[in-house]
Amino acid sequence: MISGARIMVECLEAEGVNVIFGYPGAAICPFYDALLDSSIRHILVRQEQNAGHAANGYARISGRPGVCVVTSGPGATNLVTAVASAYMDSIPIVAITGQVQSELIGRDVFQEADITGACEPFTKHSYLVKRTEDLPRIIKEAFYIASTGRPGPVLIDVPVDIQTNEIKGYKYPEAVDIIGYKPSLKGNGLQIKRACEAITAAKRPVICAGGGVFSSKAEHALLDFARKADIPVVNTLMGIGVIPSDDRLCLGMLGTHGVKMANEAIQGADLLLLCGARVGDRSMASPNQVAKRTKIIHIDVDPAEIGKNMQANIPIVGDLCSVLSQMYERIEPLEHSEWIEKCRSRSQLDMGEEDEGKYINPKRFMRLLSETAADDAILVADVGQNQIWSANCFKIRNGRFLTSGGMGTMGYSVPASVGAWTAADGRQVIAVCGDGSFQMQMMELGTIRQHGIKNKIIVMNNTKLGMVRELQDKNYGGRHSGVDLSGSPDFNLLAQAYGIPHARIDSMGEARSAINQMLSTDGPFLLECIVSPAEGSFV
Amino acid sequence: MKHTISVLVENQAGVLSKVASLFSRRGFNIDSLAVGETEDPAISRMTIVADGSDYTVEQIEKQLNKVIPVIKVKTLQEGKYISRMLSLFKVSVPADKRAEIMKIAEVMGAKVLDVTKTTITLEFCDTVERTETLQALLEPYGIKEMARTGAIAIEKGSSTVRK
Repeated sequence: MISGARIMVECLEAEGVNVIFGYPGAAICPFYDALLDSSIRHILVRQEQNAGHAANGYARISGRPGVCVVTSGPGATNLVTAVASAYMDSIPIVAITGQVQSELIGRDVFQEADITGACEPFTKHSYLVKRTEDLPRIIKEAFYIASTGRPGPVLIDVPVDIQTNEIKGYKYPEAVDIIGYKPSLKGNGLQIKRACEAITAAKRPVICAGGGVFSSKAEHALLDFARKADIPVVNTLMGIGVIPSDDRLCLGMLGTHGVKMANEAIQGADLLLLCGARVGDRSMASPNQVAKRTKIIHIDVDPAEIGKNMQANIPIVGDLCSVLSQMYERIEPLEHSEWIEKCRSRSQLDMGEEDEGKYINPKRFMRLLSETAADDAILVADVGQNQIWSANCFKIRNGRFLTSGGMGTMGYSVPASVGAWTAADGRQVIAVCGDGSFQMQMMELGTIRQHGIKNKIIVMNNTKLGMVRELQDKNYGGRHSGVDLSGSPDFNLLAQAYGIPHARIDSMGEARSAINQMLSTDGPFLLECIVSPAEGSFV
Repeated sequence: MKHTISVLVENQAGVLSKVASLFSRRGFNIDSLAVGETEDPAISRMTIVADGSDYTVEQIEKQLNKVIPVIKVKTLQEGKYISRMLSLFKVSVPADKRAEIMKIAEVMGAKVLDVTKTTITLEFCDTVERTETLQALLEPYGIKEMARTGAIAIEKGSSTVRK
């Protein structure tokens, strides 16, 4: 006889899971008990939301679904923001929640919450397990659904009696057969032919690359195609790093907080090739204006994204990597040097003054950090001004840039960097946050300390919720409401309390040596940068 | 504009709420929704009548297709399908007007189910349009209560939604 809990653990092992992020409670205790006999590493976070973000960071670096496990009721509801964040960014995570006994569901018993109901709008799919016998099939399907097509979070809610029930045996399915779920992979040949003809005819083509490039592992296919067709590439926030930022084809990030070079390229283009980008409102404020004067080719694995925010002349549904390879085969080499030079001649970033006395210039600091960090470093940006400074000034070469793009979830960077580090195989992982967002996640210093995570944390401290303050300056006549963060602790003392090496700098003169000290420390490090409260995010 | 959408789903717990919540969170308005088993007991059919532009309907179709237990979505083409809804009307009617109502019922093809001294209850199974016509004819007498199913629909000819 074998218990449901044991089956869950064995199925996770069969899926190749070697690390999970979680926080136990009564309704998930049978699973945690079975976990003791497994080689799966468990990372105990300090709040359930962070288990979800850690699984998110893990998934984005490993390319496989991240797994988080929490208990019923408040454990599960604490996870909701992380599930929603993963959904908005199409990140594959499998979230397992404990649930109260099956026969008590619906009676509002202790720590009962309808979590499949609560997460309905934010999950790609969810299960409430009714029979222990169903566990193997459901777990197999969950990993399959999370990681194929357009990836996303899948929730499995497992009542405690399903975990303790024993059944005679089980067989982990080798394949799944879900009648209503057959994601299309190859692009339609005729549409690809039309797209290539349009690209060949275009004078000023631009590629707009989004997070879908990473989901599809299409970085190389994109670069190969862009080079063969000689087309400049702008990226969305989620698409930062799709091609190396020092490549002559890379024009940088578009959108409200993007760079002029990228935005003007979109304005001047006669053809726009959207690759795994959903044309979110922060990327393109008025997509219909762009669509009026530009021919749009939209490639996405999710047909619902095509035509949702922007009408496409040539829609192509399919896996981006496969579609771009098909297009690469078909397209003749093209040459657009003049257009690319024109794009590149636009105004450069305004990095501000070299030395502003008693403050760190966050833009110059991020640039310096990217010059000093390893070529394949992973930068995890939080949300707010720190995110924009990171996005525009940290040059990604062969590394990755992770952030909560769609949901804009503050408190993402530290737990996501914990997850990313566990998948990074020794690569540098640096989280950047503000003093606001850091205080939403600083309990994770305990996780880092306990589990020997060697990530680096940079706190841009301007004693303000800077992005909101900037918004209030711009749109509310400079009336600052609820954005002052005085009362925050001494972050260095806090790091010290956790036994984590730390430093504080308030002038650019100290930046280089502090960065070197941080990066050369074998272990975690917290670097606090004192930033002027008046600093803005636009570049 | 009204659209009739036929949705085949796996017959399992929670599908109705997945579909219904999708409509509300994407801001689509449902006029009616009817669910029932199909010839295959593992599959249910939802017939949804929704109001919206062509853009909205295209989005509804695409978003419905993303719901994992949804097997097939088809917006039925105007004039190429047969649709019926069942309605029950309880109408106030004094004895001297009873014959008039029964005449209306006869002309429209409604069935008299129940008669009391002060009311008459009719059953009507027809299209949405004809149901509205009957409702308009009965209104002057005073409709005390009305119950309607959502419309169900099937394509004309030999084609089916599944294939």
